[in-house]
Amino acid sequence: MLLAVGSLTAMGVALGGLLGAAARFLAVEENPLEEELKAILPGSQCGQCGYVGCGQAAAALARGEAKVTICSPGGKAVAEALAKKLGVAVDLSGHVEKGPTYAVVLEEFCVGCTKCIKECSLDAVFGANKLMHSVIVDACHGCGKCAEVCPTEAIEMRPVEKTIKTWFWSKPERTQSSLH
Amino acid sequence: MKLFPTRGGVHPQQRKDRTREQGITPLPMPEWLYIPLQQHVGSPAKVLVTPGDRVLKGQMIARCDGTISAAHHAPTSGTVETISDVTAPHPSGLSQTMIVIHSDGKDEWADLPPPLSDSADLAVIRSRVSDSGVVGMGGAVFPAAVKLDLGLRYKIDTLVLNGAECEPYVTCDDRIMREYSEEVIHGAQIIARVLGATRIVVGIEDNKPEAIEAMRRAATPHSEVQIFPVPAEYPMGYGHDLILAITGRETPVGKRTAEIGAVAYNVGTARAVDHAVRLGRPLISRVVTVAGGAIREPKNVEVPIGARVIDLVSFCGGFSESPACIVSGGPMMGQPLPSLETPVVKGASAVLALSAAEMAAKKEGPCIRCGACIDACPCGLVPVEMAALIRRENLKAAEKIGVADCIGCGSCSWVCPSHIPLVRYFHYANGQMGSQERDRRKNEYIRTLVEAHTQRMEKLAAAKRAAQAAKKAPARREEVTS
Amino acid sequence: MIPLQSAPFIHTANTVQKTMGTVLLALVPATVFNLYLFGLPALFLFIVTVASCVVVEAACLIVAKRPIQETLLDGSATLTGWLLAMSLPPWAPWWIGVLGAVFAIALAKQPFGGLGQNLFNPAMVARVALLISFPLAMTSWVLPHPLFSASAPGLVDAFSVTFQGQVPDAMSAASALGYVKTELSRGIPVSESIKQVPDLMDMALGYRSGSLGETSILLILAGGLFLIRRRIISWHTPVGLIGGIVVIASLFHFLDPARYASGTFHLFSGATFLGAFFIATDYVTAPVSKVGRFVFGMGCGLLTWVIRTFAGYPEGMAFAVLLMNSLTPIIDQYTRPRLFGRDRKGRPLAIQKGDRV
Repeated sequence: MLLAVGSLTAMGVALGGLLGAAARFLAVEENPLEEELKAILPGSQCGQCGYVGCGQAAAALARGEAKVTICSPGGKAVAEALAKKLGVAVDLSGHVEKGPTYAVVLEEFCVGCTKCIKECSLDAVFGANKLMHSVIVDACHGCGKCAEVCPTEAIEMRPVEKTIKTWFWSKPERTQSSLH
Repeated sequence: MKLFPTRGGVHPQQRKDRTREQGITPLPMPEWLYIPLQQHVGSPAKVLVTPGDRVLKGQMIARCDGTISAAHHAPTSGTVETISDVTAPHPSGLSQTMIVIHSDGKDEWADLPPPLSDSADLAVIRSRVSDSGVVGMGGAVFPAAVKLDLGLRYKIDTLVLNGAECEPYVTCDDRIMREYSEEVIHGAQIIARVLGATRIVVGIEDNKPEAIEAMRRAATPHSEVQIFPVPAEYPMGYGHDLILAITGRETPVGKRTAEIGAVAYNVGTARAVDHAVRLGRPLISRVVTVAGGAIREPKNVEVPIGARVIDLVSFCGGFSESPACIVSGGPMMGQPLPSLETPVVKGASAVLALSAAEMAAKKEGPCIRCGACIDACPCGLVPVEMAALIRRENLKAAEKIGVADCIGCGSCSWVCPSHIPLVRYFHYANGQMGSQERDRRKNEYIRTLVEAHTQRMEKLAAAKRAAQAAKKAPARREEVTS
Repeated sequence: MIPLQSAPFIHTANTVQKTMGTVLLALVPATVFNLYLFGLPALFLFIVTVASCVVVEAACLIVAKRPIQETLLDGSATLTGWLLAMSLPPWAPWWIGVLGAVFAIALAKQPFGGLGQNLFNPAMVARVALLISFPLAMTSWVLPHPLFSASAPGLVDAFSVTFQGQVPDAMSAASALGYVKTELSRGIPVSESIKQVPDLMDMALGYRSGSLGETSILLILAGGLFLIRRRIISWHTPVGLIGGIVVIASLFHFLDPARYASGTFHLFSGATFLGAFFIATDYVTAPVSKVGRFVFGMGCGLLTWVIRTFAGYPEGMAFAVLLMNSLTPIIDQYTRPRLFGRDRKGRPLAIQKGDRV
């Protein structure tokens, strides 16, 4: 019996030691997760997530401190891509999309100060000093920075309207009997 | 002629008895007409009139705008009241821009273009069809004139005329074939000539013996026209299936049927082409079957485009009971209407007011994997598996097994004993994937804009530094020399 | 805005309940005849088994807080109990039926998520579990003692058979498969022992020992053909199963008649017909496509023959079905139909040359 105990113990120690050595010497280089997460985020440094810039948000996501749904301009597409990259499950069916928005300059209030032009990291605002400013709608992704800096509150964030062309039936509701 | 086998298909109750013997009756012109700028596939038409203009019957009020587009015409004489957003005949409840016309009661025709002879130049005929606003009346609403161009790019030998009308309740094509068989044949001949097709085959489901008889009589003097009765099965009216049944050729996915030498046109479209070419009349009305258990007097009505559904329902005696659902089109693929105030458009083959008893809807139950949906699917899909994947939001896997190929015919949902809304799952999946794709492209575009902006800023900063350096350098030289 | 419903707005009249009801209807002739053949004890066991399945399902639903009435009314628990009862020895004690119900419903069906979610055939799981746990009770067969005949047990005796487990020794008999196997292990070749087994006519009509589902082949066949006619099941599974078992059995019998029983013997004995038409055709645990079902049926047939011939148990249908159940997902993956307009690999069909201008 002593032989049995002894031999099994010896095997356990030997194999355990082997595993420990492998963990140290054969360890795989960590992928630069942060870089990959940053690539998924829109990159417009809008700050809506609460972090200063997309790089910081990516770092927080990599550390597991931030939820994958923090990026509202990115919407569901970005949230799902982040979830996939981080390997977390996320139930987005209940996720109420804040809905994409776009900025509109209310011409009667615009004084031509160019603050919004300078603020926009996409160059989506068109105009010059003392001249009317307007937003190029196709280039705007609704981060809201321009609306925040405008001194006369001349910028309004409007929801992007659904069109018949982009409408589709919502997923059928789950009932108790079809709960699978 | 040999009938080639098609896969799948279901046999719902026909429910055509209440309207198949009702001759086409014209709707008395309503006071208000709402003509949407988009009632076809492609770019919306461009408005030609302004509020306050007087328009005449048949006058073009919106023209083609873009390569794939259609024109629209005033269904009667009157004044353009406004051009505004009105609730569209679409389940989303969203609005569309529509030209609102207030009829003056005179029904005065505009000057119509002259009739074209049978030997007119092909380009002239094509241009006439385009100017007359003809679109596919079977429901696909593809601009007919654009489709005529297929003859220039592909070698087409067969024009298939679709008189199948496989949806239950709907009898408008049945009546058109019975009452206007010669117009249909003549229109088909014009289309065949432009396409370069040497034979015309009219596919009619065998549940319409009178229509088959009428069309046979009209086709007798024309040797290139054959009448081909097909089995009454849903969805025999699906263009690709009808072409397969008649010609034996299967259209490859993503390709046009013209690429395999056959093109299908609806019988109503053929009639519209005949009117456009022979009479110079644009498309300003269509035959609509008004039926369903909740309609008091079901009829087949010739409706001016733009008449509201409520006018149509009142003409048919109103509701005999409170309808559970109002549907535009057939009960298998039609769209539920959000309101009765929406207009009848070029693609509306029927307006159905269905009672709860007719719908016999039940709560969704668990899937028992009976496989009836696989037997029913004409496209060879596996609805049971796709729905299970979509339920778990695994849209990519559903795409891999073909959810994007789904034509939305509804056969699988119809046959499911557990009343699972299968087609809705697939529509959701395709819509969701399309939406995600758009978001992805938008994000990429945003990223390129951000990069461009960053580069611009860096260039400015570099230029600034260079300017500052330049300022300092001469100053140093001054120091040295002084 | 009123939430609108999506198309289609009409429906087939068929429901899950109607489907289950039709299957039960198809089983009625064989069941009634066999209950007559095996008398009151069989009737008691049958009632206990079916009732237990329903009760166990109700209990599971209460625990899981799922709707009770509509689920019980779909008829699937009744059908499971009925098929389970058909596969038990007719004079088995009552607790076999109750335990079988617990295995079938509370182990093999409800924990997976209820109807449509189980991976393995519940009735077969129950049968196998009982067979392995209580081999003696599950292999005590009797010859038929028809109701109203002289040898049939009366009410009191029947009660003692079912509820007190007292089967008079004089009444027990081996099943045909069991007899042949036992003789083979004693060195007596199949060609000899087969002469002692009831002839084909008796096997077909039912005058032999076996479970409720094994006897009266003709009535089972009639029920199965009725189901095919009503399009509840397709011909693929039965043809695959019967074809599979007959072909391989005949082949080996031809090669060595002393060792291997003939195709017809295998066809008419045991649960071949019941399996072909009622057990292997279970929707939930079998593949969904037609080709898949044929492959599944054939696999069941082949495995049944293998187990009957080489394995320790005389009857292999239950094991075969469970083994094929585990292969269902992969069969499904490889037997999807061809998509319209695409080739088998999923690429768009090629256009023949000469179609373009």
